[in-house]
Amino acid sequence: MKNALSRRAALQIGAGLGVTFLAAPALAALPQNRRKLVVIICRGAMDGLSVVPPLSDPNYVALRGQIAIPADQALKLDGDFGLHPKLAAIYALTQAGHARIAPAVAIPERIRSHFEAQDLLESGGAHLYGTATGWLNRALAAQGGAITALSVGAQEPLILRGPVAIQSWSPGGKVTQDMERIATVLQDLYAPDPVLSRAFASGMQTEAMAENFGGDQMAKAPAQPQRAAHDFAVTTAKFLTQEGGPSIAVLSLDGYDTHANQGGVNGQLANHLKILDDAVDGLHEGLGSSWSETAIVAVTEFGRTARINGTGGTDHGTASTMILAGGALRRGGIVGDWPTLADAKLFENRDLAPTLDVRQVFKGVLREHMGFEGRALDERVFPDSAQAPAIKGLIA
Amino acid sequence: MIASKSLEGAIAATRFGLGARPGELAAAAGDARGWLKAQISRDGAEQPSGPLPGTVERFASFGDYLAQVGILKRDGTIVETTAAEPNAHLTDKQAASLQEQRRVLLQPQLEGVRDEIFARTRLAAATEQPFRERWTLFWANHFTVSSAKLQSAVLAGPFEREAIRPHVFGRFEDMLVASTTHPGMLIYLDQARSAGPDSLAGTFRKMGLNENLAREIMELHTVGADAGYTQADVTEFARALTGYSMGGFREASDMRGRYYFRPQMHEPGTRTVMGREYNQEGEAQARAVLADLAANPKTARHIARKLAIHFVSDDPPPALVARLSEAYLGSRGDLAHVAETLIDAREAWSADAKKFKTPYEFVVSGYRAADASPSDATKEVVQPLTFLGQRPFAAPQPNGWSDLAADWAAPDALVKRLTWATRFSAAYAPKDGAPLDAAMASLGERLTAGARTAIQRAESRFEAFSILLMSPEFQRR
Repeated sequence: MKNALSRRAALQIGAGLGVTFLAAPALAALPQNRRKLVVIICRGAMDGLSVVPPLSDPNYVALRGQIAIPADQALKLDGDFGLHPKLAAIYALTQAGHARIAPAVAIPERIRSHFEAQDLLESGGAHLYGTATGWLNRALAAQGGAITALSVGAQEPLILRGPVAIQSWSPGGKVTQDMERIATVLQDLYAPDPVLSRAFASGMQTEAMAENFGGDQMAKAPAQPQRAAHDFAVTTAKFLTQEGGPSIAVLSLDGYDTHANQGGVNGQLANHLKILDDAVDGLHEGLGSSWSETAIVAVTEFGRTARINGTGGTDHGTASTMILAGGALRRGGIVGDWPTLADAKLFENRDLAPTLDVRQVFKGVLREHMGFEGRALDERVFPDSAQAPAIKGLIA
Repeated sequence: MIASKSLEGAIAATRFGLGARPGELAAAAGDARGWLKAQISRDGAEQPSGPLPGTVERFASFGDYLAQVGILKRDGTIVETTAAEPNAHLTDKQAASLQEQRRVLLQPQLEGVRDEIFARTRLAAATEQPFRERWTLFWANHFTVSSAKLQSAVLAGPFEREAIRPHVFGRFEDMLVASTTHPGMLIYLDQARSAGPDSLAGTFRKMGLNENLAREIMELHTVGADAGYTQADVTEFARALTGYSMGGFREASDMRGRYYFRPQMHEPGTRTVMGREYNQEGEAQARAVLADLAANPKTARHIARKLAIHFVSDDPPPALVARLSEAYLGSRGDLAHVAETLIDAREAWSADAKKFKTPYEFVVSGYRAADASPSDATKEVVQPLTFLGQRPFAAPQPNGWSDLAADWAAPDALVKRLTWATRFSAAYAPKDGAPLDAAMASLGERLTAGARTAIQRAESRFEAFSILLMSPEFQRR
């Protein structure tokens, strides 16, 4: 039965490619399909000024008041920047040359709605509502189906939606014999419904893959809840390292919308940064020898106001921080310029201003790490993005 | 394609309702539109069966919990919308032991949330007014209060029962005001402590503005993100809303846990929001903004489109959106009239079932098909819905749950539905009668020849019922 499902899935993947299949021969020779890419979307607008406190910026402490991260408690990156003390695993990676920070990145349009901004971040469009599919899905299409992607979690994020069939997985499944028998019946019933037939075939295959490495044993509530993000990430890494497994995985974390009592070294945001740190640490552990072939990008829809607000938190802002990690990175310091927090430099006198377009970082990683050629990136993966050129030198 | 009377009954029960219980299709078939319209009630929605404590009681109980674990601030006259972290100075071991103490003390609070989820799901599984409940679920989701914060988690159920259910067939403005002044929303979107910088509280207590609720009212509850307002409009509305607060844990019992306007937090002066000036004093100022937002044609359009997407198609016919929008504007936001217009809309009755059920709709319709109701809150409701990705009162963000197939018809999600369907069928597949009868009672003329054959060929009642639940026509509505 599994064979039948996989054949059908393969046909569906082929059918979804259309004209982009032309791009395949040139790229197929490249060894990039061993390369791994993980995108972590931190939803809710993660406060970059707490992730990477600009310790030498003369305005930082004054703007931030009680939520400023004190210089003596931040993990020192260089003479100017620190990392939040809860990001200990990521800090260790920076010291090994396996993580880098871009401190002032934003989406191409100035939007302060979470949902619109997440749509733009994930669609990869130059403008809101410019494109309805996700940029990672179009990237898969541009690779001619040579690689596949996995969405981890109950819902499928926009970034992976589009013509190419993707895999998805969340913990708690266990395929019984009853289910296998019923699945063969359903396969026929779903045939006239392309959405359901494609998704169901892929889901059964992924579940079978999870059984191969015991991922199906992972309960929804792990024995140690504080390790949940770590365990989840380890399992994600196992998928990536399976023979025939996906090359790309997308994880979503939420809870970064800290309008009130955001906290500093400890507190609400600190707890969620610990989750992000655990996730990166879990990927590092789970990827094993594939770590050297891996790039991880952690990104959020926008940053938060430079000033603390009236309720010990921060409101919706503009630029925020991107974290790059993985053994495939080239050792280096801060990515992009620092606009400073001087009054005159704040965007609309309230937000950290961007010095990089988020697409420049995505394109840099896709180009150097996954072997994409520039035109596909400028035109198809990120439409109308020639003015936002790929950053060079991120990948070793 | 024009639907026959019996197909219309099946559409009414599945697309507008929550899936048929045995006998329901016969009741709906004669006059499907009349059957739906009879469920519109000026008294609002049904209420889940209790005992379910209201906001004031829940809030007091939560205050007791905070006091027990020692994180209630001494000057707790004003609500902390997010608990401060008190144990930064503790060693890891001390912190772990404190966490365990808290876990035990927290248990009754979490049980309260569980009781709300259970009662609401049982109502949906058993109701004889399934359209009324579907309509209600739409509005509860439109005004999402979620468990992102513990403080709002315990109030999400009371919020839905107090601010949403009474108003679902009344004027939209009334529901908007009820939502905006309910402690659940005031806490969830951080309004309760927002103070004008030039108010007394701003001047003497250094309190300040929080624009979260103002922004989400404009973006999510009323005119929508594409309405053309600016950051200045959001900030101005946030200033107008200052003072919309509530009684805190240490305040007098007639204030505690109740909406309360605090003049000393209200930003003085005239405000300009979306080109209109508001020179009212105090509480009346934001109330006037809310009235204008409710009457704005962009709100009509936003709500019309959301309703059309929810009930009819992920890509709704523009004519349907226009008609619902006109119905809203022409009736000054009378939601009963909007509901009638939806029922009368030709586009809503196409034989093609375009919508894919959300996990909650799927599970509820499973119980209804089995003529059953869940009897164990944790094992039969909370755990399966968490596993399927839609634990009630736990939408990850203030825009609530998506109802689009693109979000829910993911590969893994379908496997999880199959897992649930087989477990559920093992316990609840009808024990007597031909399996095809149960399928016909659930889907009527919507059952396709393919599913009919598969159900007839199934080797057991368990397998037949699993196939019914997983059939495309059951998954879609």
